[in-house]
Amino acid sequence: MLYINCPHCGMRSQNEFSYGGDASVKRPELNKEVSDQEWDNFVYNRKSLRGKHLELWQHISGCRQWIKVERDTATHEIFRTFKADEEVA
Amino acid sequence: MQKYSIFNLVKNAFSNHENWDLAWKDPTPKEEYDVVIIGGGGHGLATAYYLAKEHNITNVAIIEKGWIGGGNVGRNTTIIRSNYMHDENGLFSEFGMDLWRKMSQDLNYNVMFSPRGIINLAHSDAQMNAYARRGNSMRLNGIDAVLLNREQVKEIIPMADFSENVRFPIFGGLMQPSAGTARHDAVAWGYARQADSMGVDIIQNCEVIGFDVSAGKIKGIRTSRGNIKAKKVGICVAGSTNILAEKLNMTLPIETHLLQACVSEPIKPVLDNVVTFGAGHFYVSQSDKGEMVMGGDLDGYNSYAQRGNLPTLQHVLTEGIAMMPFLSKLKMLRTWGGIMDMSMDGSPIIDKTHIEGLYLNCGWCYGGFKATPASGWTFAHTIAQDRVHELNAGYSLNRFSTGHLIDEKGLGTKTWIS
Repeated sequence: MLYINCPHCGMRSQNEFSYGGDASVKRPELNKEVSDQEWDNFVYNRKSLRGKHLELWQHISGCRQWIKVERDTATHEIFRTFKADEEVA
Repeated sequence: MQKYSIFNLVKNAFSNHENWDLAWKDPTPKEEYDVVIIGGGGHGLATAYYLAKEHNITNVAIIEKGWIGGGNVGRNTTIIRSNYMHDENGLFSEFGMDLWRKMSQDLNYNVMFSPRGIINLAHSDAQMNAYARRGNSMRLNGIDAVLLNREQVKEIIPMADFSENVRFPIFGGLMQPSAGTARHDAVAWGYARQADSMGVDIIQNCEVIGFDVSAGKIKGIRTSRGNIKAKKVGICVAGSTNILAEKLNMTLPIETHLLQACVSEPIKPVLDNVVTFGAGHFYVSQSDKGEMVMGGDLDGYNSYAQRGNLPTLQHVLTEGIAMMPFLSKLKMLRTWGGIMDMSMDGSPIIDKTHIEGLYLNCGWCYGGFKATPASGWTFAHTIAQDRVHELNAGYSLNRFSTGHLIDEKGLGTKTWIS
């Protein structure tokens, strides 16, 4: 069982969350020429890192907020969690 | 190579089975090979076998980080089927079904292929319509498909829940009678033994740590056991694809996810077929030892850990019990996990890359085992001829940019997200 520390609600079990994927992916900016390659990278291509991975989760059965979680994809250890709009240093 | 036969079995019984030849050797890597296959799983071993058998290329090495058959070919639920709607998937898989039927004779190794049939259950009128459409598409591609009504399903699997007041009543199902199961380890070992006998070097405990590429052409690989030169390199590493891609500065339409499976204690024969639940993701069959072999959804988050968590297992088995309530009486014997190369449209990639002499075989999601022979056969063709075969032409790497996705589930990108 994963335990995720929701920045809004505190420590909760993974049952309350749903996964949203790699949080480092940025949508290409609006009102700008977007190349096919940029669009591919946004929609399809993923690094799928082994080790520390910053990812989005939604506290779907709790506060329903999207949050960022820094987790190890090899050990499942969770290091830190952030609010969705928080900058991750 | 010593042939496996009843006569040799009897002969060796007189010497307490102590004088059998080793099934494959343990060679030291040579300095150079014509083809290096990275990954000693089912697909890698099959690729090496078909390179030797179909293309007469025998100066081949299989480089395996751990031991052969220790990844997904040893961790799957052994289901073999070709019940796909799209032409690319249907024709590719049905070609594979033919290889499965001949495999035990071809490899002189009993892979225990058991065409016991698969039934996908339908739980609504709409789902029956969708299955009728899929069944018709399958039959147009020469794949056997039978649409069963509720009574016909009840005759085949009376132990399923046919009561009226359940959340997901059984309306009927789509059956592929020629689908089935096989002994997964035997598939890996059978391919390994034959490939080895034709001159392929199976090199275990050898991790790839880098690639030598110059002027857009592959020159060789760097491994934990030294550098190996190669004219051509094929990557066939399933859940570890992204790790190798990173060393090549490639980003792929693949995410690595965790999938669990489990078996119950062995019980007397109760289930003849493979059955899947249509209102979720759960499948079950009974092994020859009597265990109920079960699986379902991914754990849902990126993972390289070959072990899972309880919530997903609980979710999957809840579906199983809804479908066949007797399963709740069984004790769980084992659970385990493997890591899946989830492609963005749910279909695989078997293609050349932008680097000359480098070939890619990945994106099998949770359907890699059944594809073992067809994947090996087409990948061997792609490597040997330096061009894709018509069977794997649709499984191109650039289909994500050109929009020619093979979206079997009709869900768009990231088909595994629920």
